[in-house]
Amino acid sequence: MAEENTGWFSRIEKGINTETKNKKDIKEGIWYKCPKCKKIILTQEHDINLNVCNKCGYHARVPAVKYFKLLFDNNKYKEINHHISSADPLGFVDRKKYSARLWASEKKTGLKDAITTVIGNIGGHKIVMAAMNFEFIGGSMGAVVGEKFARAVDYCLKYKLPYIVLSKSGGARMMEAAISLMQLAKTSAKLNQLSKAKLPYISLCLDPTTGGTTASFAMLGDINISEPGALIGFAGPRVIKDTIGKNLPEGFQSAEFLLEHGFLDYIVERKDLKQKITQQLRMFAN
Amino acid sequence: MILLDFEEPIGKLQEQLEKARQIGAETGLNMDRTIKEIEKKVIEKRKEIYSNLSPWQRVQVSRHPKRPYTLRYINAITDGDFIEMHGDRNFKDDKAMVGGFGTIDGETVMFIGQQKGINTKMRQYRNFGMANPEGYRKALRLMKLAEKFNKPIVTFLDTPGAACGLEAEERGQGEAIARNIYEMFGLRVPIVTVIIGEGASGGALGIGVGDRVLMLENTWYSVISPESCSTILWRSREHKVRAADALKLTAENMYDIQLIDKIIKEPLGGAHINPTEMYKITKAEIKTQIKKLKQISPEKRIEQRMKKYINMGIYNE
Repeated sequence: MAEENTGWFSRIEKGINTETKNKKDIKEGIWYKCPKCKKIILTQEHDINLNVCNKCGYHARVPAVKYFKLLFDNNKYKEINHHISSADPLGFVDRKKYSARLWASEKKTGLKDAITTVIGNIGGHKIVMAAMNFEFIGGSMGAVVGEKFARAVDYCLKYKLPYIVLSKSGGARMMEAAISLMQLAKTSAKLNQLSKAKLPYISLCLDPTTGGTTASFAMLGDINISEPGALIGFAGPRVIKDTIGKNLPEGFQSAEFLLEHGFLDYIVERKDLKQKITQQLRMFAN
Repeated sequence: MILLDFEEPIGKLQEQLEKARQIGAETGLNMDRTIKEIEKKVIEKRKEIYSNLSPWQRVQVSRHPKRPYTLRYINAITDGDFIEMHGDRNFKDDKAMVGGFGTIDGETVMFIGQQKGINTKMRQYRNFGMANPEGYRKALRLMKLAEKFNKPIVTFLDTPGAACGLEAEERGQGEAIARNIYEMFGLRVPIVTVIIGEGASGGALGIGVGDRVLMLENTWYSVISPESCSTILWRSREHKVRAADALKLTAENMYDIQLIDKIIKEPLGGAHINPTEMYKITKAEIKTQIKKLKQISPEKRIEQRMKKYINMGIYNE
């Protein structure tokens, strides 16, 4: 009986423990609270502001489609190679089956995998863009990311177009083990081909860009750029913290830190992205 | 003799062997027959155990403290005709990455590899074979040098991963590895890569883009170590055995999914049981591969190298 009474205070619904990586997702709701300065504004207002906090300038993560909308002229673009999806070549099982994870991610996000490749115009310049989807298994790079990346480069080569990649990834996809590791080589080989054809490659490193992505295409741009405050690194901050047994200095592995250490060409605020990329494309083209 | 946990039955036989020898020495009895029999049993036991190693056991063999490391291979293969070169010309000399020109039966080759230490002091000195950005940049400098003088490149992979820490990040670990991978696709000379121990992730691949990639029988190659994989996916280090299974990281697995070109047999019981034999086999294999690769034009070789890696990946369409 006593137990039944305490039912008043116990949680009946399960699943309230949100995973850390989900916490930064933008929730559908009326209000938005900035995770950095804690300011609360209307979600609608935050959206109009490109999901950048109007008080502290914090750039919240947004899905690829928002970048397409922001960057492409008249929000017009065409997706290519949409149909390619992940197999489970190794029959990988941890606490869950990889095939089940894939299915769940596809259902949750409506995406086929962690990369979307599109063609469109930015400021009148036709380009090919590959944008990573962090919401799909942490934007992890497996065979699909590698293949779609490769085909996007092929498209560039065929039509002599510049290539822009929006990285947003935790790194290689563990469930594809060595196959995912080899995507570092595969994407780099394709960039080598692009480079030989003297076609420009702009790497935009978004929050977060870590692991195998950083150790391959994200750091190989003719120009490497980023948004303010984006996390960019090889090892993830938690791994480094555990390794050295100390807290990390403030701003460590931020876009500003990378700029200072010479690994980025410049940082652009989201509102200026289109103008800056257009300017850059014009200079490559002229 | 250091035995791994699954080698315990061998240990027991060796104890018997020791005792038999002792009795022989003390009593003057002729123990020759007994000794021979036990010796035969040791070999049989070893065969039995080693013909049936689990992925995790292979990982253990790849990390055997007596297993030979890069410099020992280089010295044996070149018969001591090797000049080690140092420094990345930018920051410093990374002791976890070694390299230099050496000769194989008179022919000059550029050798590069991660280097582990043989005792506690040296392990620290070598940073456990975990290279920093300057290590990868040193490797690239040496590779370019080889290209300039038209010498083939041989890389030895043996690392638990690239160095992880504040300085590695400050100096661009990601960029250094990415640059190497990218540049290796453009090198006009033959590249032979041999995994002699641990092939962990980008840290290994950073010197591992080869025309021919060979794996010794008891080595592993993966995107992550079984321990780290266990920590991330199972939230505890205890599932490393299962993680090793799941990652399909053995030479056999890697050959089956066509990510490597060949498996090199090790002497029975692993490379450390008979290093001299191991060097001999490795040397012969490297010579064969270089000879074959030299018959291809640089342009064709680069094209084939790229094609090989571009074809890696299994997906649905």
